[in-house]
Amino acid sequence: MVKQNMNPLQTVQELEFALVELNLYLDTHPNDQNALAAFNDFASRYATARATYEAQYGPLANFGNSGPTASWTWIDEPWPWEI
Amino acid sequence: MWLYEKKLQYPVRVSNPDSKMAKYIYTQFGGPNGELGAAVRYLSQRYTMPTGRGKGVLTDIGTEELAHWEMIATMVYKLTKGASITDIKQAGLGSHYAIWDSGIFPGDSNGVPFTTAYINVMGDPIADLHEDMAAEQKARATYENLIRLTDDVDLMDGLKFLREREVVHFQRFGETLDYIQGYMDSKKAF
Ligand SMILES: [Fe+2]
Repeated sequence: MVKQNMNPLQTVQELEFALVELNLYLDTHPNDQNALAAFNDFASRYATARATYEAQYGPLANFGNSGPTASWTWIDEPWPWEI
Repeated sequence: MWLYEKKLQYPVRVSNPDSKMAKYIYTQFGGPNGELGAAVRYLSQRYTMPTGRGKGVLTDIGTEELAHWEMIATMVYKLTKGASITDIKQAGLGSHYAIWDSGIFPGDSNGVPFTTAYINVMGDPIADLHEDMAAEQKARATYENLIRLTDDVDLMDGLKFLREREVVHFQRFGETLDYIQGYMDSKKAF
C-alpha cells in the first residue's frame, strides 16, 4: 500500500490517512481485533516515516511534540498552504 | 489541548489560478455547510455526550474538520494567488477585495460572514447526532456542487477527497447514534 519511491511527505500523509480511518472505525467498533492490529502496525510505521520526513524537512508538530531540536526551524517556510 | 501538524491532511493542487472558483469554494470556509461550522459544531457538542464513544467520535471528527478547513483555505489561497485586479473584478470578488483585500475571511461565497447560527448544540445527544448526520450530507452535497463547477482535475481531486470524508463521517455518526440510542434506552427507568 505504501510504496518505497514516494516522497517523505506523501508517505506520512498516506500512513496518517490509514490511521485516521482506522481511528474513526475503532471509535465505533472498539472490539474489532483486526482493525486494532492494523492500527498498531500503521502506528509504528508512521513513527518511522515521521522521523524520516523530519530529518529532511524539520519538525511536523509544535510545542515539543517533535522532540528536541538543535536549531529553531519550526518557523521556516514553506508553510503547508505554500507547497 | 490541540497540536498543529505542519502539513496538509491531503495534497491540494490547482492547475491554474481561478478566482471565480475561489469565490465558490469560500462557502466551505465560512458558509452554512462549511468546515469551520463542522469543526465548531462537533467540538462544542462533545461535552454533553453520555458515553466515551460519543465524546471520542466528536473529538476525532471535529479535529479532522479543522484539517479540512485548512485544505479549503489552501484551495482559495492557491486559486487567487497572483490574481490581478481585473481577474478579481471579473470573478465577482471586487467587493471581497474592497473589504478584506486578499485576506482569507471566513465567510460564504457571497462574502456573508460566518455565524454560529449555522450550528446547534442542543445538549440532547440524539438531537445533536441527528444534526451531525444531516450536516455531513449537506457538506457532501455542497462538494458535489463544487465539483460540477470546475473542470480543473487537480482541484477536483482535493474536492473529491473532502466529499468522501463526509460520507465516512456520516457513517460513523450513524453508528454512534445507534449505540447511544441503545445506551439511553437501557438507562431508562419507568
Ligand atoms: Fe465531515
